[in-house]
Amino acid sequence: MMWKWLHPYANPEISYHFSGKILPWCARLAFIFLSIGITWALLFAPADYQQGDTFRIFYLHVPAAMLSMGIYLGMAIAALSSLVWQLKLADASVAAMAPIGATFTFIALVTGAAWGKPMWGTWWIWDARLTSELILLFLYLGVIALHNAFEDKALAGKAAGILALVGVINLPIIKYSVEWWNTLHQGATVSKLGKPSMSADMFWPFLICFIGFAFLVTALICLRFRTEVLNRNSMRPWVRELVADEEKAHAV
Amino acid sequence: MTLLSYRAAFALIVKRDLMIAFRHRDDIINPLLFFVIVVSLFPLGVGPESTILSRIAPGIIWVAALLATLLSLDRLFKSDYTDGSLEQMLLSPHPVFILVIAKIFAHWLLTGLPLILIAPLLAVLLHLHESSYGALMLTLFLGTPVLSLLGAIGVALTVGIKKGGVLLSLLVLPLYIPVLIFATSAIDSAAMNLPYNGQLAIIAAIFFASLTLAPFAVSAALKVSTN
Repeated sequence: MMWKWLHPYANPEISYHFSGKILPWCARLAFIFLSIGITWALLFAPADYQQGDTFRIFYLHVPAAMLSMGIYLGMAIAALSSLVWQLKLADASVAAMAPIGATFTFIALVTGAAWGKPMWGTWWIWDARLTSELILLFLYLGVIALHNAFEDKALAGKAAGILALVGVINLPIIKYSVEWWNTLHQGATVSKLGKPSMSADMFWPFLICFIGFAFLVTALICLRFRTEVLNRNSMRPWVRELVADEEKAHAV
Repeated sequence: MTLLSYRAAFALIVKRDLMIAFRHRDDIINPLLFFVIVVSLFPLGVGPESTILSRIAPGIIWVAALLATLLSLDRLFKSDYTDGSLEQMLLSPHPVFILVIAKIFAHWLLTGLPLILIAPLLAVLLHLHESSYGALMLTLFLGTPVLSLLGAIGVALTVGIKKGGVLLSLLVLPLYIPVLIFATSAIDSAAMNLPYNGQLAIIAAIFFASLTLAPFAVSAALKVSTN
């Protein structure tokens, strides 16, 4: 039953137009949520009683870190559906998500380092979370590199999908092994701020920022997805028609 | 024409790969030489004090083993891919699972096993703690098959690409991290005369998980690569 509802979206043309429709909405919502959230977080939310204003990078760092993992999960789900149901569009979405996920992982790492310097007195410690985030970045870069290495984009999508799936099985193993490795070697000397005890006037701006970033990611993925679809279908008549229409519009 | 039994097909492929390898002995010896040379660079780099060396020996031996395996991975499918025999194997009526397991087993016999045999010698050079030798051998014995299994996924994905060598290491090395962590931690525990059954059990678990799951990924990847 679900298939009946879903199957039109296996057609590249329909999902191209569908993602074109949701893209501006996601972009608008992202703009609204982010402008409210960031203003609230940076100007009006209370400073942390221990960390002072340094704490405010939290509103960028934590959404980026959460989304970096969320995008990987989304990528793996897309890869699975591409392998199991042979959806070619799922490959395109894997390719669309990987660079965005890598960017968010990188943002999480850089903001984490910028936060760590005043708090822990060092840019980098081999803390379990930092290390697993770094490894996540490597996994993303592997997927991107593999995707770029193939000339044939249909093959590239399949290969990158297999790698993303292998990565998603490995990710929990890596995460727990890294945690265990760290506790064995030096023990938790620095613990992050206790999240459940966060007060409401810090939690709400965080939530709004998070929702804003999530919409931003959705908008970016739609944008890249559209480009990927066009790239893979550049010989199809509907794409040629699109191009012809564009040219006509510009010529006038 | 009678169909070979699974066991016969497995044995045939292992035998064939071993025979090919023994006709090009350099392919077996070069990764081993690399392993020895990398390990012997470390004392030159960090200084000859035996306390430092024995502290970092497990990490050096294991990282060198990872890199040596990585160098040898190319041999797994590359030549079969270029001369077309890989495609013939995929077309054969036998499950790809058997073919993949056989090829990985042959690869382990040719790289993992020699690494295990030569590792105690290098451990002596690095002044590894005496009580750690058992742990070193056991972790290598359980861990090197994992290296071959996970590496096979990477090779299968990159075999169709012209310059896949560097890409292969980018794909495979992050996947090796858990084995590295647990193996070195087992050897460290052994050096302190602590029990290391836990770490060994986890490496064994990783081994069996990759033994059952990796061949599926490899066969899917081979089908993509041979297209």
